[in-house]
Amino acid sequence: MYNVPNENGRFGDFGGKFVPETLMRPLEEIEEELAKALADEEFKAEYVRILQEYSGRPTPLTFASNLTKKLNGAKIYLKREDLNHTGAHKINNAIGQALLAKRMGKKKIIAETGAGQHGVAAATVAAHFGMECIVFMGEEDIKRQELNVFRMKLLGAKVVPAYSGNRTLKDATNEAIRYWVQHCDDHFYMIGSVVGPHPYPKMVREFQRIIGDEAKQQFLEREGKLPDVIVACVGGGSNAIGMFYPFLEDNVTLVGVEAAGKGIDTPHHAATITKGTKGVIHGSLTYLLQDEHGQIIEPYSISAGLDYPGVGPEHAYLASIGRVRYESVTDEEAIWAFQLLSREEGIIPAIESAHALAKAVQLAKTLRSDQTVLVCLSGRGDKDVQTMMNVAKGGNGIAVANRN
Amino acid sequence: MLQKEETALQLLTVTKPMFIPFIVAGDPRPDITIELALALQEAGADILELGVPYSDPLADGPIIQRAAKRALRQQMTLKKAIELVPEMRKKGVKIPIILFTYYNPVLQLGEESFFALARKNEVNGILIPDLPFEESELIRKLGEATGIPLISLVAPTSKKRIEMIASNAQGFLYCVSSLGVTGVRDTLPETLNDFLTEVKRHSRVPVVVGFGISTSEQVSMLKNYCDGVVIGSALVQKIEQLNDLLQTEEKKEEALAEFRRYARSLTAPLR
Repeated sequence: MYNVPNENGRFGDFGGKFVPETLMRPLEEIEEELAKALADEEFKAEYVRILQEYSGRPTPLTFASNLTKKLNGAKIYLKREDLNHTGAHKINNAIGQALLAKRMGKKKIIAETGAGQHGVAAATVAAHFGMECIVFMGEEDIKRQELNVFRMKLLGAKVVPAYSGNRTLKDATNEAIRYWVQHCDDHFYMIGSVVGPHPYPKMVREFQRIIGDEAKQQFLEREGKLPDVIVACVGGGSNAIGMFYPFLEDNVTLVGVEAAGKGIDTPHHAATITKGTKGVIHGSLTYLLQDEHGQIIEPYSISAGLDYPGVGPEHAYLASIGRVRYESVTDEEAIWAFQLLSREEGIIPAIESAHALAKAVQLAKTLRSDQTVLVCLSGRGDKDVQTMMNVAKGGNGIAVANRN
Repeated sequence: MLQKEETALQLLTVTKPMFIPFIVAGDPRPDITIELALALQEAGADILELGVPYSDPLADGPIIQRAAKRALRQQMTLKKAIELVPEMRKKGVKIPIILFTYYNPVLQLGEESFFALARKNEVNGILIPDLPFEESELIRKLGEATGIPLISLVAPTSKKRIEMIASNAQGFLYCVSSLGVTGVRDTLPETLNDFLTEVKRHSRVPVVVGFGISTSEQVSMLKNYCDGVVIGSALVQKIEQLNDLLQTEEKKEEALAEFRRYARSLTAPLR
C-alpha cells in the first residue's frame, strides 16, 4: 500500500523539514490545520464547490483525434487543465491553500512564481477571498512573462523582483522563504508546487489530486479501462503528482518529463531527476542540480515553469522506487510539440505542457492503435506567445519548421 | 575520544557576556579572513563564528548574501573553510571557532567525512541554520562522537519547542532575536528580554543572542539578559565598506585597525 509521507514528512529518504528554526512552529501549525481540514467534510465540499463554480471544474478529457490519426499509433487523450480559470492547474492548489489560510485566520499571502501561472493563481484567489498578496518572481522571469506580471498587478497583487542567482524561480523561492521568515506571524506562504518543507509536498498533492481523480473517472467512462501510459511534465512536479497519484497502485505506465533544455549532455538543462544528486533545496531533501561542493547549479529551460534545479521529494521517491519513469525533452522538441498541437488540434499549450506532449507523441508512435496515452495538458500557451515569437525570429537558435 | 564535557565549548566559563563575531570565510579573500579573525580576537572576541559561503542561504539577509557571493568567487568551499582553521591557529587565533554552514554542503562532503575533517582541523563547534532539531539526530550523534557540539537555535516562534531544544543544547544556545533573516535592524522587539529570560530558565548552557544586533546601544540593552551577543551583518557590512582598502597592500593595516576599532566600539558595553 502506497502510504507516504510519514509523520516526519519523509517520502523514503526524501522530504523532511530543512528550514530555519523560526519556521518550524509555523509549519507545525499548517500541518495541524491541514490534517483537520482534510478530515472536515465541509472544508472539502467548499473546496470542490469553488473549483466548480469559480474555476470551471471538472475540466474535460479531450480525445486528440487529428493528432492520433496523424501519428498512427496509440490514441492520445488530453486532460484539459488549460481550461481552468487563469489557464492552468495552479488554481486548484491556490484555492485549497487560500481556504486553509482563511481557516487559520491569515489575510496575507506570499507566493513565488516562475512562469507566472502560480503567481496569477495566487493573486486571483487573494482577490476572490479579499486577501493581500505579494508575489516573488525572478527578474529574468518578469521579462519572459510580461503578460502574467501585468495580470497579477491587475488582480491587485504586488510583484517583487528577485535579483539573486539566475533571477528565475529558484531565486524567487529563496526570496519568498526569506520574506516568510520575517513575516510568518501574519502571512501564509502559498507554495506553488509539490516542493518545500513538510507539509507542503503533501498538501499540494492533496489539492492537485483532483486532476487524476477526475481523469480516472472520465477515462473509464470514455474507454472502459485505464490508460496504458500517462505523461506529465515535471518542474517542481505539481501537475504530474496530481495526475499520477490516483493511479500509483494501478497497472499504468507513468512518465514524468523534465526539461532537457539545450540537451542533458550540455550544462543548459533543468533535468533534475535525470542528472541531479541528492541534496537539500528550499526546505526538503530531494534530487538537485548541484556541484561537488553542494552549491546549487542554475538550471536552464526555455520554459520558465520548468526552470528549477530541484524537484518535489515525492517524485524523487517515485523515481528511486522505479514506480514512475522520468525522461526529458529538449527545448526544440517541446517547441515542435507546441506547434504540432496548435496546428493539429487548435489548442495552444503552455510550453511546460508541450514537453509532456512531445514525449507522449514519441511514445504513442511506438504503441498499438488499441492502446492509449493520457497527457496532462497542465496549462494554456497564451503566456508563451512572446517566447514563441522570439523563437520564430530565431532568438533561441531554433528554427520554426513547418511540419505539415 | 573526547567526551563532550571536554570540548572547548562545553568548558565555556562565562564571567562576562561574550562577544561572538561572525565573518564569512573567503570574504573578501581567504588570507584576509585570517587577518580579520585576528583583529576580532584583539578586539575582544570570545568565540569566532566562521561562515561557509552558500549559493542559496535561506536564513541570511542581503549583507551576508553579498559576502557569500564574494567568497564563492574566491572558490571558497566547506572543505577549504575548515582548512582555514589551522591556518588561523598558526597566525595566532586562539579563541574557539564555530563553523556556520548550511546543510547541503555538509551532505555533499558526507556527514562522517565532514566531522572527521572538522576534528582533524580542530573546529570547536558547528552551527547549521537549516537543520532543525527534528532533522539533526545523526549530526548530533556524530558531533558527540567527535567532540564537536552542534549549536542549537531557538526563535521567538519556538514557544513550546524551547524546552525540547534547550534541554538538548550543547556548547551554547543561540537565540534568534526577532523574526527574520540575518541583517542590521534599527529596533529589536520589546518582548526580547522576556524571550531571553524564558530561554535561560530552560538552558543548562550559556545563552547568546543574535540576528540584527548592530549598535552598542542594543548590546548595552541586551547584556543583562544573556551570556553573549552574536554580531554578524554589521561587521560584514564594515568588511564590505573596507573591501578595497583591505585588498590594497599599503592600506590593509589601516583598514584592519579601523575594523578592530569598529568591533571594539560596538561591543564596548560588554567590557
